[in-house]
Amino acid sequence: MQWEVVIGLETHVQLQTHSKQFSGASTTYGAAPNTQACEVSIALPGVLPVLNKKAVECAIKFGLAIDAEIAPRSVFSRKNYFYPDLPKGYQISQFELPVVGKGKLMIQVPASKNADAYEKLVNITRAHLEEDAGKSVHGAVEGMSGIDLNRAGTPLLEIVTEPDMRSAAEAVAYAKKLHELVQWIGICDGNMQEGSFRCDVNVSVRPKGSDTLGTRREIKNLNSFKFMQQAIEYETQWQIDTLEDGGKIQQATVLFNPDSGETRAMRSKEEANDYRYFPDPDLLPLAVTEADKQRVLADMPELPQVLQARFVSEYQLSSYDASTLTAAKSVADYFVTVVDAGAEPKQAANWVMGALSAKLNAEEKAITDSPVSAVQLAALLKRIADHTISNNAAKQVFEGLWAGEGDVDAIIEVKGLKQVSDTGAIEAIIAEVLAANQAMVDEYKAGKEKAFNALVGQCMKASKGKANPAQVNELLKKMLS
Amino acid sequence: MINSSLKQLGQQLASKQISSVELTQAYLQRMAQLNPTINAYVTLDEEKTLAQAKAADVRIAAGDASPLTGIPLAQKDIFCAKGWRTTCSSKMLENFISPYDAHVISQFDAAGAVNLGKTNMDEFAMGSSNETSYFGGVKNPWDLDRVPGGSSGGSAAAVAARLCAAATGTDTGGSIRQPASLCGFTGLKPTYGLVSRYGMIAFASSLDQAGPMAKSAEDCALMMNVMAGFDERDSTSVNREKEDYTRGLSAMTGEQPLKGLRIGLPKEYFAEGLSADVAKVIETAVAEYQKLGADIVDISLPNNNLSIPVYYVLAPAEASSNLSRYDGVRYGHRAAEYHDLMEMYMKSRAEGFGAEVKRRILIGTYVLSAGYYDAYYLKAQQIRRLIAQDFVEAFKHCDVIMGPAAPSTAFKAGEKTNDPVAMYLEDLYTIAVNLAGLPGMSIPAGFATSAEGKALPVGLQIIGNYFDEARMLDVGHAYQQVTDWHLRVPNLDESNLRMPEGI
Repeated sequence: MQWEVVIGLETHVQLQTHSKQFSGASTTYGAAPNTQACEVSIALPGVLPVLNKKAVECAIKFGLAIDAEIAPRSVFSRKNYFYPDLPKGYQISQFELPVVGKGKLMIQVPASKNADAYEKLVNITRAHLEEDAGKSVHGAVEGMSGIDLNRAGTPLLEIVTEPDMRSAAEAVAYAKKLHELVQWIGICDGNMQEGSFRCDVNVSVRPKGSDTLGTRREIKNLNSFKFMQQAIEYETQWQIDTLEDGGKIQQATVLFNPDSGETRAMRSKEEANDYRYFPDPDLLPLAVTEADKQRVLADMPELPQVLQARFVSEYQLSSYDASTLTAAKSVADYFVTVVDAGAEPKQAANWVMGALSAKLNAEEKAITDSPVSAVQLAALLKRIADHTISNNAAKQVFEGLWAGEGDVDAIIEVKGLKQVSDTGAIEAIIAEVLAANQAMVDEYKAGKEKAFNALVGQCMKASKGKANPAQVNELLKKMLS
Repeated sequence: MINSSLKQLGQQLASKQISSVELTQAYLQRMAQLNPTINAYVTLDEEKTLAQAKAADVRIAAGDASPLTGIPLAQKDIFCAKGWRTTCSSKMLENFISPYDAHVISQFDAAGAVNLGKTNMDEFAMGSSNETSYFGGVKNPWDLDRVPGGSSGGSAAAVAARLCAAATGTDTGGSIRQPASLCGFTGLKPTYGLVSRYGMIAFASSLDQAGPMAKSAEDCALMMNVMAGFDERDSTSVNREKEDYTRGLSAMTGEQPLKGLRIGLPKEYFAEGLSADVAKVIETAVAEYQKLGADIVDISLPNNNLSIPVYYVLAPAEASSNLSRYDGVRYGHRAAEYHDLMEMYMKSRAEGFGAEVKRRILIGTYVLSAGYYDAYYLKAQQIRRLIAQDFVEAFKHCDVIMGPAAPSTAFKAGEKTNDPVAMYLEDLYTIAVNLAGLPGMSIPAGFATSAEGKALPVGLQIIGNYFDEARMLDVGHAYQQVTDWHLRVPNLDESNLRMPEGI
């Protein structure tokens, strides 16, 4: 049977605020245990929550970025359960009325062995504000478990998708796109090691063509894209194998073990938790006005989709190129700088997505750490455009720039890459070549087109690659006629 | 001196006739004599108290006094006070020393008032007789066999027995007004949101409100000047300009100071459930108000009979969640022996909470459970809006509403402890006010005689429109200019006092 995997994601994005969701305690990562736990974080008797306005702005930014409905009125609810790292015995979250409603995100799924690269629209169900729990610390105190409440109350935006993804590659592409977006709009530092961006992935399988959903298992707390890919692939195969062996899938929460590459159920069956949600009487409903949205909008960078449209209309880039260049703000910024420094947009795009991207990938560098600056790349492209160097020579100059050998013109000079465009000099070279290759000249004159190309090659060779190929073509034709 | 008004005490302090230390010591002495019997206070700390009194004297000497500087007050043990044991009269918090001050406490500190001690209360403010306290019941100073009402029973007895110049209380369903009625003094529950709840241990967050408990409307007005005001740490605190609650009091003299005031009498407050002797006192008081110039308007609060069932869904629902933090993990009672986390939770909470608290946690957990939420919690919220709407309608026809604060005079200790529903009916006239978020007040309006021949106080409830506390205090003050019920004090002579049980 042909199987189809259905995937939805819930992502916890830690918002970049100085203080916690409902108190003034600091959110800096890595402090000594319980040094960032104020009376509200500890949930002393009598304390009350006060909503962090900055966190609300972050949520609005996200809503605007995914073109979502932003609720004029949303409600904070209490999710009640007992756990030692949950000091109040409830988590303040949004349940029935989230601040961000339905939105959408265009993702770019890269080419694979079996398929070309493509774009896909993922529907976002909702995004809501909530607070993080603390941490249980085992082993620090002999024979006891410790509780660190530094993280308790840290502001989170939980972003939930529809079950729209159909492969691990799509899920990862979504997660990467979301990861870039939240950094793009400045609401999250994106640090996955420190838990600032954590994904829960719901996976189910069904016979291809079926329109009912299979029973899902939720892979919890994935904090790297690589693990996400591996976990989904393993989980998908496990579910297919189970079903093909005549088994049934039990709804469950599973963990991914990076060492074994396997997923394993935390609880054999989803515990029938009754969270007894009800509106938190300590917090007023959150009102977001049109003016609030405009204020936040004014403070936002140009959004990727807007930039993408601009790249298409202004620079005549293809939609795919434009979307690739706007997948990350750092890439878009780099590209815009190259163009602003005078480079031709299409050529700039090819270089940024081509040579530069390949080199960065090979050396695992971020574009912000590129040894070749955007201005240098623009200078290089200018030398191609003004025929100072050929495309081939430009690649050597790029290597030189990467290695820190100086600026563009100096490298061209030192390596002697300057293209020969002097008609007289080229004519002299052609004359030499024609004289030395009478056989080819005869072949050409007998109607063999191939011989022409061979002659061009000889001319280029004779010029040590420096002759302007277009000129060589033109002059050669003239001299052979 | 112990019967002096706050204003008189302030004048005596200002003119140096007496120092705050002397005044404070006088109260501490009286407390040492009477508290073992009455059990109004659960925590005393003379050192801290006298240090505050000394600091107040320094302020007064420096000419930096405000109206309450140097005045000794009792604080309900629901307010966290830095360095003070703060228990909510629960075993759960028996050893909890608060590391921070409630807003109300810091307001009084800033005013230079002196904290005499923390007063007894029903456990986590759940009760109407103070009998659910882990630290034992409180005696009603008018009849030591009777309860002072609750949940602010300790503060009530302290005001009535003159064990403080004034006290704070909190009122979730009547916990200031019902004890004010049963102990014969003036107590005000302000509009929800007027006094910050920060640091006030939560029972039912959407209903809890702190207020003054004092000898007169004028004293309450002075207390309100300190307690009311916006606090950004409480999201339900209302941001409005500070007002002087004493501003209208001086005009409440002369022939008919309340001329034109429309008093609404809800027919539902004078129906079945109200004892005849209380009804008589209330009718006489209303007649007195007519003499002061007020007009009487008959009104109706048709949904009042639903207020108790609605309250006993909503308040326990909120309480069940508010009390989840008492899990034995970070502070509070933890069972001595347990084998795993679940057992630690279960034993700590089973041992730390009393029966009434457990009852309400169970009710609250039930009504919020999947499958019951809509039928109970959601339905109760809908009816709550209807109850509030009743008042909106009523206030189109009147300026204040009057009626009883409690259905009867103080009842005997133990009389209702085995009948929770009878106990819940104590709040028949007060709960709707909390559900609507309105201000309510009880002032002494007379006495009824018990079967044993003892005089028991009866309170008149005055309900005002939102943020209309100043007018309510004027209305109370006008009455207290022509009556002396509020000046009557219980006879607490040696002969009338019995030693505490077991001695």
